[in-house]
Parts: sequence; C-alpha cells; structure tokens
Amino acid sequence: MTQPLHTESIKAIPVRHRGRWVATAVIFVLVAMFINMAVTNPNFEWDVIAANLFNNMILRGVWATIWITVVAMIVGIILGVVLAVMRLSPNPLLSNVAYGYIWFFRGTPVLVQLIFWFNLAVLVPNISLGIPFGPTFVSWDTNSVITPFVAALLGLALNEAAYMAEISRAGIQSVDEGQVEASSALGMSRAQTMRRIVLPQAMRVIIPPTGNEVISMLKTTSLVSVVAMPELFYNTQQIYARTYQTIPLLIVASIWYLILTSVLTTGQFYIERHYGRGSSNEKPPTFLQRLRLNIFRFHSQPPTPPSSTLLDAHGGVR
Amino acid sequence: MNIPMVKSEGVHKSFGSLEVLKGIDLEVQRGEVFCIVGPSGSGKSTFLRCINHLEKIDRGRLSVDGELVGYRQHGDKLYELKDRDAAKKRREIGMVFQRFNLFPHMTVLQNVMEAPVRVRKEPVAQVRERAMRLLDRVGLVGKADAYPRQLSGGQQQRVAIARALAMEPKLMLFDEPTSALDPELVGEVLDVMRQLAVDGMTMIVVTHEMGFAREVGDNLVFMDDGMVVETGRPRDVLNNPSHERTKAFLSKVL
Repeated sequence: MTQPLHTESIKAIPVRHRGRWVATAVIFVLVAMFINMAVTNPNFEWDVIAANLFNNMILRGVWATIWITVVAMIVGIILGVVLAVMRLSPNPLLSNVAYGYIWFFRGTPVLVQLIFWFNLAVLVPNISLGIPFGPTFVSWDTNSVITPFVAALLGLALNEAAYMAEISRAGIQSVDEGQVEASSALGMSRAQTMRRIVLPQAMRVIIPPTGNEVISMLKTTSLVSVVAMPELFYNTQQIYARTYQTIPLLIVASIWYLILTSVLTTGQFYIERHYGRGSSNEKPPTFLQRLRLNIFRFHSQPPTPPSSTLLDAHGGVR
Repeated sequence: MNIPMVKSEGVHKSFGSLEVLKGIDLEVQRGEVFCIVGPSGSGKSTFLRCINHLEKIDRGRLSVDGELVGYRQHGDKLYELKDRDAAKKRREIGMVFQRFNLFPHMTVLQNVMEAPVRVRKEPVAQVRERAMRLLDRVGLVGKADAYPRQLSGGQQQRVAIARALAMEPKLMLFDEPTSALDPELVGEVLDVMRQLAVDGMTMIVVTHEMGFAREVGDNLVFMDDGMVVETGRPRDVLNNPSHERTKAFLSKVL
C-alpha cells in the first residue's frame, strides 16, 4: 500500500483564541465607559480645552519646549560623548574627571540643579575673564548672564550629559575589541580609531536609549517652570492661575506633550531602522507595512512576507 | 650588512602573574616565510602581537628592521615611544587576524582605502587605484562595493589581507588566518598567502596548517609554554622532530 502524496498546500483550521475575544470585550467596555464619562462629565470643560489648544501663549510655550529640548539634547549628547571617551581614556586624570562629573550630576536631582543655576548670583555675584589669581579683563553681572533660558539650559544639558555619557560608554564598549586592534595595526591614532571606527559602530547601541532620553527630556522641560522659563507647562500654569480652569488646561498641556512624544517616537523608529543596517538585512516593518500585513491577515491568507527583506540574509554568496 | 627583519632576544611578557613568554630568541630574515606552530596558550599569538607593539614586552629586546619595537634607545637608556610614534611604526607592519576584524560599517573598498587615505594622507584617486589592484590580486574586484557581512569568511579574510597590503608593509603578520574558516574556504586564503610569499613578502605566520608550513615556509619554530622548543626547516621539524613535546604535539595535529 502506498502513502498518498500530499502535494496541495495545507488548509488547516486555525487555533481559536477564545481568551483574546473575552479580553477584547472587557477592554472595549472599559474604554466605552471612559469615553462616556469624558463626554458627559461637564468638569472636563471640553469647550475650554478647544478654546485654549491653539491659544497664542500655549503655542509659544510649545515652541519654547521644543527649542529647549533640542538645545539641551544637542549639548547633552556632545558633552556626553566627550565624557564617555574621557572616561575610557588611559589617562587617569581625564577618566577621573569624567567619573567625578557623572557622579555629581547623576547624584543630585535635576530640579535642585535648575534652581541652583538660577540662583548662581547669590554664590558668585560676578563672572570675570582674566588670569587666575591675577588681573581680570572683563566682568559681567551674573544675573544678566544667567537668564531663565541659560539656567534652564545649564540645568538640563549638564544633567543630561551625565546620562548620555553612560549610554555612550555602553555603546563604545559594545564594539568588538578586534576593531580597535585592527585599526591600531593599520597605524591609526586613538582619535582616528574612535571617530572613524568605534563611534559609527557604537551608534547602533547608543541611538535607541538616546531616543528614550529625548522623550524623557521633552517632559523634564516642564520642571524648568520653576525658574520662570516660559515653556509649555509654565505658560499653562500662568493661564490657569488666572482663570482657575486647572483641569482643562492641564489636559491642553498633556495633549501637546502627547503630540510631541508621538512625533519623536515615530522619528526614533525610523532612526533605529536606519542604524540597524550592520546587524542584519531584515528591517522591522513600518507602520504602513504592518497595516497592510494585518489587512492581509484578516483575509485569512497567510501573508507573504515582502520578499526583498528576507532574501540575501547572508548575501547569498556562500 | 644584512639586518634581520625581526630580531628577538630573550623576550619576556607577563599578564599579571601569568608569564606568557619566557625568553624568546629568534631571527626572521628578509623575504622569508617564518611559521610559528604550537599548542594553544603557548604564546604564539602574544609574540606576534608584541612585534607590532599591540602588547608591550617586559624584558629582552625586540627589533624590526634594526629598530627597537616600542622604545627608543639613547645612550644606555630606553625611552617609551609616544602613541603617535608607535602608530607610525605599525604602518609598516601589516597584520591579519584570526577573526578578520573588517570594519562592518564600511564597504570592502572603503575598508581597504581607509588607512592609506586617513593615515598616510594619500590622494584618494591614487589609493582607489591601488585598492582595486589589490582586490584584483585577492580575486575580489567584483565585491568592492559589498559589505563585509555579505561575504564568506574566506572572502573576508582575503579582503583583510588586501587591507593590510594597502599600507605597503615591509612585514606581514598572520595570526591564525585560517582558524576561523570553514574547511572548504581555507584553500583560497592560503593561495593568496602563497602568492604573497612568491612575490617576496616577509611573512610571519602563526598557523595550524602544517601542509602550508611545510610547503611555503622557509623556517619554522615550535613553541610551547612560552618558549621556543625547536626551530629549523619546516620539513625537518615536521618530519623528524627532535623534542618529545614537538613529537607529542605533531602526533595530535598531523
């Protein structure tokens, strides 16, 4: 007796996920309840939210929040990478200075640092340029130098640099030692090796947590309101201090924070996708690709993966 | 006067309390293929790394082309070389690693061109031409724009050889260049090395490929436990080892 040959493609009955349907129903009810509450509860004051969402003061605050996030992150990243390289330097002075910096700025709350910078004038009334212990050439009043913006920037960026230093250090250390050996064997200097060989490879490890830091920074900027820097949260407070519409205005601020973090999250996804080049040819699907794939799945057809992403995982050379 | 390419006198090296090299004496002549064999942990690779100062030696004298490695002698005092000067000397010594160590974020061509352009500051067009010639020599012109991960191990190692040759070294160090390769890929790398030997390159090769050592090598040392146990013509050492330790090792690998 011969076995029948199964040449046609398999049509099996898929596993039923009953638990999923129950969970979906429960969540659906909860969401419906929440929406009902949000719509019918007059204390939300949706009209106030709508009226204030594009309020001039709020928009200026959004702009200031974006601005301080960008500047603080750029300064923080550059300083952080420098600190990480110092920390890993064979020069004990450099490495200890970096260690001390990270110890101090990670060890004190950023809120305290912000207020400290803002009140620097109490400690140091004048800032001067000159020869140490010798004559001074120029001198400024500290209060005129440390504006709320400068205080905010110093507080956020210097603190961020400490965290970025640790992230960068992890990235640098993740690069295979053989890479450094190969570049030294070719006669490259330490600086060249770092810039041309190690850092570009460290990026893959550094980028994802840095995206996280940017999102975290965006929200940390709200602390800057304590030094009277007119960013989103400060301006929101200004309005509700006048109108007593605390809840609706906090929702306005939250909506803006959510919009900004959503934009950042999307950007992070694409940057990570770009830097994933080194590891494999397979890239995670973008949102649109995933949507298309899911629609296919609803048609109960096994989705054919986009062939270009699976081909050549090993170059097809062997 | 004929100065040897590499001269090692009583070279010692310790990692902490572990003594890895216990007095290495040997000479490598110009144009010679010098093979180093021995069990793992015998100090072969460490010695190779001392030659281009990837490791510092603790005792003895090691010189390349008549110049001390890593130090400068003035009167009877030794001065450590600055990083920059040590790097300058490494440019003249090519090194090929067991695990290739190609730069994964650069194409094959960029890998080969990186050091001549960045370190020797040669004009890009000139380097590109030489790089393509070298890739042709190792049979990989067609892969110039590929990334290392798209190549097989044997191809990667041939790129690594081209990369080292791009600096026009006077001495090539090979640290078990075929040990990480699938057996069927070993041959293509050895072919490139054989051709290099024919062209007169001075080569020091740490290897487990006894066939290659016998056929291409001019001299061979057997190292064990941080010491040179036996040295001579490859054929003599491999066929008629005079030491027990050499015999024991060869009986396991041949």
